[in-house]
Amino acid sequence: MLRLDKLHKRYPTGDEALKGVTLEIPDGQVIALIGPSGAGKSTLIRCINRLVEPTSGSVKLGDTELTTLSSGALRAARRRMGMIFQEYALVERLTVMENVLSGRLGYVGFWQSWFRRFPPKDIREAFRLLDRVGLMTMADKRADELSGGQRQRVGIARALIQDPELLLVDEPTASLDPKTSRQIMRLICELCRERKLSAIINIHDVLLAQMFAERIVGLRLGEIVYDGPPSGLKPDVLTEIYGEEDWESTIEKVDEEDEEDLEAVAK
Amino acid sequence: MVTINTDDGPIWRRRTTAQQWMHWLCWLIGVAIVVYCWKLISDRTIWFFVTDAGTQAADLATRMVPPKWSYMEKLWIPVWDTINIATLGTLLALVAAFPIAFLAARNTTPNKAVRAIALLVIVSSRSINSLIWALMLVAIIGPGVFAGVLAIGFRSIGFCAKLLYEAIEEIDPNQVEAIEATGATGGQKLIYGVIPQILPTFAGISVFRWDINIRESTVLGLVGAGGIGLQLDASISTLAWTQVSLILLVILATVIVSEWVSAKVRHAII
Amino acid sequence: MSMAAETRYPDRWRKPPLIKSSLLRWCLWLGAAIYLALALGTMDINWQRVAEGLPRGQKFVTAFFPPDFISRWDSIVEGILESIWMTVISTVAGIALSVPVGLGAARNLAPMPVYLSCRGIIALSRTFPEVILAIFAVKLFGFGPFAGFLALSIATIGFFAKLLAEDIEDCDPGQAEAVKATGANWFQWINYAIQPQVMPRMIGLSVYRLDINFRESAVVGIVGGGGIGATLLTAFDRYEFDSAAAILVTIIVIVMVLEYCSGYLRKWVQ
Repeated sequence: MLRLDKLHKRYPTGDEALKGVTLEIPDGQVIALIGPSGAGKSTLIRCINRLVEPTSGSVKLGDTELTTLSSGALRAARRRMGMIFQEYALVERLTVMENVLSGRLGYVGFWQSWFRRFPPKDIREAFRLLDRVGLMTMADKRADELSGGQRQRVGIARALIQDPELLLVDEPTASLDPKTSRQIMRLICELCRERKLSAIINIHDVLLAQMFAERIVGLRLGEIVYDGPPSGLKPDVLTEIYGEEDWESTIEKVDEEDEEDLEAVAK
Repeated sequence: MVTINTDDGPIWRRRTTAQQWMHWLCWLIGVAIVVYCWKLISDRTIWFFVTDAGTQAADLATRMVPPKWSYMEKLWIPVWDTINIATLGTLLALVAAFPIAFLAARNTTPNKAVRAIALLVIVSSRSINSLIWALMLVAIIGPGVFAGVLAIGFRSIGFCAKLLYEAIEEIDPNQVEAIEATGATGGQKLIYGVIPQILPTFAGISVFRWDINIRESTVLGLVGAGGIGLQLDASISTLAWTQVSLILLVILATVIVSEWVSAKVRHAII
Repeated sequence: MSMAAETRYPDRWRKPPLIKSSLLRWCLWLGAAIYLALALGTMDINWQRVAEGLPRGQKFVTAFFPPDFISRWDSIVEGILESIWMTVISTVAGIALSVPVGLGAARNLAPMPVYLSCRGIIALSRTFPEVILAIFAVKLFGFGPFAGFLALSIATIGFFAKLLAEDIEDCDPGQAEAVKATGANWFQWINYAIQPQVMPRMIGLSVYRLDINFRESAVVGIVGGGGIGATLLTAFDRYEFDSAAAILVTIIVIVMVLEYCSGYLRKWVQ
């Protein structure tokens, strides 16, 4: 269970990115965080693993209060949270395998990681995950030789090898084409179900959010303006989140595409 | 850019009149400075020697040819020393520059005070020519190849560290963030997130500086710090011009070969 | 999926080596080791002399706190000023001369014979370090700043013309063609198509070269080419480390100021 309580973030520039966000995510739930750019989605998930320091409020993962942890304890806590990034954020000049294994850095010492001596168990798990995301043959390739979709799969494997309880996913499809986007979203959601992970997925694409998430949270100017099931995203809700626009057509399209998608899954 | 309305219609000008005046004024000041400097230098020049230079050059040229090829057998060891000075000096500099660059880069430095010190080390090392470093070191530890290696090393620390820390400041922060998010320690962030990104630059800098250092180490002997410069100095002071011309040819050949090698290596690693 | 669960996955993994052939890899390692052993073996450090020098080194370091500007104040000021004049005038003259050479050395502008001869000039002036150029300038034109000025100008040509030529070769041919299509003559073509493309970088490089020339002006003095180098050499010869420290501090400060200005200017140009 992840619990955010009155989470506040004010950047040194004076921008208030989060204005007291309170949110509770039960174990195993996948939520999509939607909202316009600048709504504070990225800041919110970065405040959870403290890549960005929240100004005030509390973040509780299980029984651990994350906001007050010392740097050593924070590193231990970060092992419990896997993160998947917008531009993949793979270390481009390292091999795919090294990128996946880097997810275990929190568990091994400095010299072990320097000489790439990871425990056999980790290496077996890395190969298993690479196989799961369909990249078994790519282990020795350098990350910058892969296509966008493949890179994001490596990013997913890196997050999962941490054996996390929670996935923080930041715009996983922003730099992918529509088809690959769906594949990646489906993969993430499948893996969450398999491993009973909870996940927060930042996503600007309302269609994808509705298609894959069981719960949607709408963020606007650092405040939650919607929290409910995908079916509740009516035009007036979307207007509240994103501002005025003709939302009817968007929602219709969702239904059509959703069916198509279901067919595709059935095949 | 402006247009000016005149009786004949608008005229396009690149600058307004005031800008134009400023422009000319800047040029005027520039020219005045150059002319002033030139006057001061020419005051200190004995023009008789300058006008005489043509005859001198012709005279020198006849005395320099043909190069004394037999002297070559005494040059092999100095050439070997020269190459060693450059190579070992570069290695020394790289070893020292690596940590200094991390201390100097805005995104990896532990704090501002350390950064200021690292930058001071870099600028001091860079400002002082390797020949002056050699001059100092010869005065302190005595003449020889060792002083040359240290001189090249000290001069190159600043050069390598500067280029390297600029590369560190330009890395992609997302990759480092991703490593940090896995729960990695500061050291692990460096070896997984930062070093892979700067390694190609590092290799490029090493080869580039080695190439420069070959050139610089050929003259360190002038102040007694080993290498072929010693023979050059000795030959010039004994007016053995045929030896001088041979030494210059050897330097030319060494530099060309080193340039070829560094181009090959750079091609192979990038 | 049930298949995958049964698969046995390897529990060992090695990073693929940079050099695929293991024989070549070991040969390179071995070669490097042998070279290092030989290089260090032939260095023959006189440790006794080094040990003797250490107290002197310590004296030199302590001389920086504080450096003695006073006792040789007059010669320091004179040397520095002379260095500055030399720097300014040789940079200006060098750049002025390197513009035609650089244009001639750009493959996309110049016909073959011009190209080859300009490249020859560049190669020659780049090969020899400033000091060697200065030695000959002193020999031909007599002691004093004029010789230093010549040496620095020639070195500037080698540096600047090469970069200028490379920059021109990298120019966008589309823009060049567009201007040519208007029926412009050769000078108009250079002025409108090439100059705007290379100008910003060239201004940055000029300031950079000014900086290099200042540093080099300190060494041409060592061989009699005028400037601060002569003062520095005297200070070292007399073991007046506190005066030497003062000179070095002055050089470092001036280089820092120049670097700061060049950073500012580069930002302003772009």
